[in-house]
Amino acid sequence: MTQKEALFQYCLRLGDNALILGHRLSEWCSRAPFIEEDLALTNMSLDMIGRAQALLKYAAEVEGSGKTEDDLAYRRPEPKYFNHLITEQPNGDFAHTIARQLYISTFEYYFYSDLEKSKDKTLAAIASKAIKEVKYHLQHAADWTIRLGDGTEESRNRMQKAISDLWMWSGELFEMDEVENSLLKDGIAVDLIPIKALWSNHIKQVLTEATLNMPEEDYMQTGSRKGIHTENLGHILSEMQYLQRAYPDAKW
Amino acid sequence: MAKDTQLDLWEVFIQSKSGLPYVHAGSVHASDAKMAMQNARDTYTRRGEGTSIWLLPSKNIVASNPDDNEMLFDPSNDKVYRHPTFYVMPEGAKNI
Amino acid sequence: MHNEHTNQHFQLRIDNGEYIEAKDYMPDGYRKHLIRQISQHAHSEVIGMQPEGNWITRAPSLRSKQILLAKIQDEGGHGLYLYSAAETLGISRVELIDQLHSGKAKYSNIFNYPALNWADIGAIGWLVDGAAIVNQVSLQRTSYGPYSRAMVRICKEESFHQRQGYEIMANMMKGTKEQREMAQDAMNRWWWPALMMFGPHDTDSPHSSDAVKWKIKRETNDELRQKFIDKTVQQAEIIGLTIPDKDLKFNEKTGHYDIGKINWDEFHRVINGNGPCNKQRMEHHIKYHNEGAWVREAAEAYKKKRLAKQLEIA
Ligand SMILES: [Fe+2]
Ligand SMILES: [Fe+2]
Repeated sequence: MTQKEALFQYCLRLGDNALILGHRLSEWCSRAPFIEEDLALTNMSLDMIGRAQALLKYAAEVEGSGKTEDDLAYRRPEPKYFNHLITEQPNGDFAHTIARQLYISTFEYYFYSDLEKSKDKTLAAIASKAIKEVKYHLQHAADWTIRLGDGTEESRNRMQKAISDLWMWSGELFEMDEVENSLLKDGIAVDLIPIKALWSNHIKQVLTEATLNMPEEDYMQTGSRKGIHTENLGHILSEMQYLQRAYPDAKW
Repeated sequence: MAKDTQLDLWEVFIQSKSGLPYVHAGSVHASDAKMAMQNARDTYTRRGEGTSIWLLPSKNIVASNPDDNEMLFDPSNDKVYRHPTFYVMPEGAKNI
Repeated sequence: MHNEHTNQHFQLRIDNGEYIEAKDYMPDGYRKHLIRQISQHAHSEVIGMQPEGNWITRAPSLRSKQILLAKIQDEGGHGLYLYSAAETLGISRVELIDQLHSGKAKYSNIFNYPALNWADIGAIGWLVDGAAIVNQVSLQRTSYGPYSRAMVRICKEESFHQRQGYEIMANMMKGTKEQREMAQDAMNRWWWPALMMFGPHDTDSPHSSDAVKWKIKRETNDELRQKFIDKTVQQAEIIGLTIPDKDLKFNEKTGHYDIGKINWDEFHRVINGNGPCNKQRMEHHIKYHNEGAWVREAAEAYKKKRLAKQLEIA
């Protein structure tokens, strides 16, 4: 794998994470528990889609085949998508969305803090912008985890279930393969090994304050690094790509 | 189940630029101060309208009673000597 | 003591162009009219999120997805500002939402129509927001202060809504044959309902006279409708869209466009619950309102627990 190929792949991974999570968050629009929260979820979705646009644009640039960010978003099939499986998990109830946000935002907080120091200037710039957004997402997720965990009996049960249900998708966040390893050598990618411990500590801290139990070590699902997804992604893409695929000659 | 709620009402004041006064922007609903801050931010500063936010629970606002308007505000009408234009300055005096 | 508390004095204030604030004296009818109008307006903003929301996940580019999402978010914000304005009149948001669900409060008829193809997103922004803006600009000077201030904020945010819709229509009219067909199809379906948004003709409007006297409404239904028609016809022509009204004609004498007959039977049929989406819109709102109840309840419970803890410490 050349460095260019690795960088292209790396950008796709980050861009796809942002795009698919942004898609999921956008599904909340007009469905939140109250109108203020509707606006909050939409805002986070907008942060994500904006980030996806920047990352996929850069991916296209790195690839150098004249594609646009939209070509990458709208014309790739599932096996060519590399988002973490956790991002494509359904919204579920509000607790599931918050748990997904908590796992991902905590990861992204450490990840983007580090990527800010990347030797790749474009990635570093995207990271500086992203980190501001992520801090906010993380606060939002942690606050809600605590409210729901320490709220009513029902909310506590729902929050605990969500935390446990999504646990098996969290291990993949820290997987590294030759893409990361080769870029890490050049000071471009983030080393995920030290992040894992930071992540666990922070999750544990939030869950403790929320009076919730940290799930036990268990089997972790895997696949997205190789383009193997859950059944969810196919449905997301068939919706997202519908117009571009049905009218391939049209410009929108 | 408990009676439905839309959470508490808060008043939002936004400072649009550092140094300027805080101006009432509107209200949001939230159950606690942290949530109120996030909701105020997402509701009232989506277009870069603010650099700082003040919040207070609406129930803590004390408002003047319109019935008292004459008593409260009319007596200041004839105190013209509070305005600089009331004073006659000697012709030719500068920087005053 | 004083005689300020009379309706006469109130009317005098209105006639002097003064704004009425929440704690000021107001006749019962004024308060009731405002609550009805503001809540209907608020519910319209919120229910209006649904037809456009129908296309968020299918928006054809990352740019258009962000624009649409930001636009719908604005509409949610508008609902929020207006609920708050209504709350100053002594009604809670819980009650307002109850009234929506029970059918006591209405929302704009326009949102009982479906958004069927991507050009509908263009048509909604251009025509529906366009019609709403004409009405809202006029309401910035409405006599109730909190309502007027909400409208000023809303109008500022609305300015991009109509433009983004028109941009979609213009792009589609420059596109493939299929895109042009979609655009004209959307135009055909949204034009007349958009005209109906201004409400019945002045001669048939039950609430108009009080509302005008109290300066809640500053211009009549027909005046506003005419403004909208006059500015929209040219916009349609310049991008090659046909207005689905064979009687549409510029009247040299009045300087305005004359239009064909509005189908008020359809208007009343839809308002009375028989539009294509009435049930769907309401069920959606009720469903997600109910599904969120446990979250709101948890937030309240958490707040109470924290307060109790603080008291313990103190
Ligand atoms: Fe609006
Ligand atoms: Fe709008």
